[in-house]
Amino acid sequence: MALEIVEGCVNCWACLPLCPNEAIIEATPHFLIAPELCTECVEAFATPQCAAICPVEGVILNELGEALNPPGSLTGIGASASVSVFRNEAGA
Amino acid sequence: MPTPTLGTPLSASGCSAGSCGSKSSQMDGLSADIQRKVQDHPCYSEEAHHHFARMHVAVAPACNIQCNYCNRKYDCSNESRPGVVSEVLTPSQAVKKTLAVAAAIPQMSVLGIAGPGDALANPERSFTVFRELQLRAPDIKLCLSTNGLMLPEYVEQIAAANVDHVTITINCIDPDIGAQIYPWIFWNHRRIHGREAAEILIAQQQKGLEMLVARGILVKINSVLIPGINDEHLKEVSRVVRAKGAFLHNVMPLISDPAHGTYFGLSGQRGPTPEELQNLQDACAGDMNMMRHCRQCRADAVGMLGEDRGADFTMDKIEALEIDAQFEQAAMQRRVALRTEINAELEAKRAARHTAIISLLRPAKPQGRPVHMAVASSGGGLINQHFGHAKEFLIYEASSAGVRFLGPRRAAQYCGGEADCGEAENTLARTIAVLADCEVVLCSRIGIEPWGKLEAAGIRPNGEHAMEPIEEAIGKVWQEMLAAGKLNAAPFEDQKMA
Repeated sequence: MALEIVEGCVNCWACLPLCPNEAIIEATPHFLIAPELCTECVEAFATPQCAAICPVEGVILNELGEALNPPGSLTGIGASASVSVFRNEAGA
Repeated sequence: MPTPTLGTPLSASGCSAGSCGSKSSQMDGLSADIQRKVQDHPCYSEEAHHHFARMHVAVAPACNIQCNYCNRKYDCSNESRPGVVSEVLTPSQAVKKTLAVAAAIPQMSVLGIAGPGDALANPERSFTVFRELQLRAPDIKLCLSTNGLMLPEYVEQIAAANVDHVTITINCIDPDIGAQIYPWIFWNHRRIHGREAAEILIAQQQKGLEMLVARGILVKINSVLIPGINDEHLKEVSRVVRAKGAFLHNVMPLISDPAHGTYFGLSGQRGPTPEELQNLQDACAGDMNMMRHCRQCRADAVGMLGEDRGADFTMDKIEALEIDAQFEQAAMQRRVALRTEINAELEAKRAARHTAIISLLRPAKPQGRPVHMAVASSGGGLINQHFGHAKEFLIYEASSAGVRFLGPRRAAQYCGGEADCGEAENTLARTIAVLADCEVVLCSRIGIEPWGKLEAAGIRPNGEHAMEPIEEAIGKVWQEMLAAGKLNAAPFEDQKMA
């Protein structure tokens, strides 16, 4: 049972100090979660802490590959707009 | 709105900040104690910003709220705005960089932590830097910027670290307005959305402000002016924060560009015009000391305000330096000596100013209209820059009431990237558009081509006052215009049309 950080993460560090299991790894091109350490915060907190502070939609996934912060859920920019922003950035 | 009397330091002097409203009176309106504290802080004193330098170290990447004008992913070396950095530093890198810069730039008087996230969402990193610098460069003032969410929790540590200047970004005191600016905050291990989030944030900001003032820490309030959302409301914000003891209010224009990928950028929310910004600053100035020289700089800015020497001090260059105790000591002595010299000079100027202003204004009895003038300056409070080299212009208003500073404006070539910014002719035209409300441009020199184009646009270039102090020269030019009968009641725009 572990969460995963995927492409789109902007390395903003917000999650790193919050993780109760120190499972976040500072890495490039984006931060990672050590699957053997991640507990999805089930016993410690009501929600996984990394996903509760992450400012980017769609970059923290559960084991089913579902985004904990789906498009449109954080910024209100809307799914289509935010997808195109990420694409621009990935291409830059 | 009742005005609680919570130890307002501004009332100490006979000259209320609002009624004078000019740069010199901004300093004159402060108590002697505050004046001493801010006299060499470029961000807190308009006068100091001509003479002293500051730097931000980007050690605080994490943030605990989302603002609709911010996109957490951004790194462009040509961009100058809050939240943008080229490299995030570890605390020990930040300390080394500060010591190196402060040795290379003896005007450096201030070290700030302003992001790229929030200083207090990275408390361990921020306070490690403050503690270390307090030991190794005790002459450098420490300051931090915060959104205020975690402020009450850290006021004790801020005081213990000798951080005596704190900036809180307060965009509203009404949660319904806050809900349009902040989509969410991270609070007590949860993400909270909407109005509830704004309510918590506002309460924390106000509590933090009160606690800092009670500890004698100077507090500046930054507000982002967002037309249609908080423009009218900021007048109320200004009244309230002043009543609680903030000593300076800095209303900044929203920077909104779809290319930045912010919610406001993508949703078409526009920023204010220079005129809207100035009107609001003037409206708030009735209640509050206003800051008008802010450059909305990057979280890794280095040097005098308006210049950024960050590229001279990249981490690979810093790492190669050997810094020992002797080096630190010698650098500190150079800084302290220079600071003492500059402050003595400024003190003498301040003493002379009242007399100068009175004698300057006596012949102005037949009142002339106010005139906006633009100045090219590379620092020192002097007109000492070539028109074509100016990355920004300082805009002043001269009138029978004296000379007052309105704010900086970026020249069009600022962006630097040739490919983005187009050919020189276009750039000049855009610079002229930026200066449209000005009647005079004061600079040390100017080329023949821009001279002609400025004149054609009704802006008179003037290189006669090269190397003179800015305000004195503007006063003289205004007096000349008055004597020549150019300042009769006819408004400037009508004259331009004629």
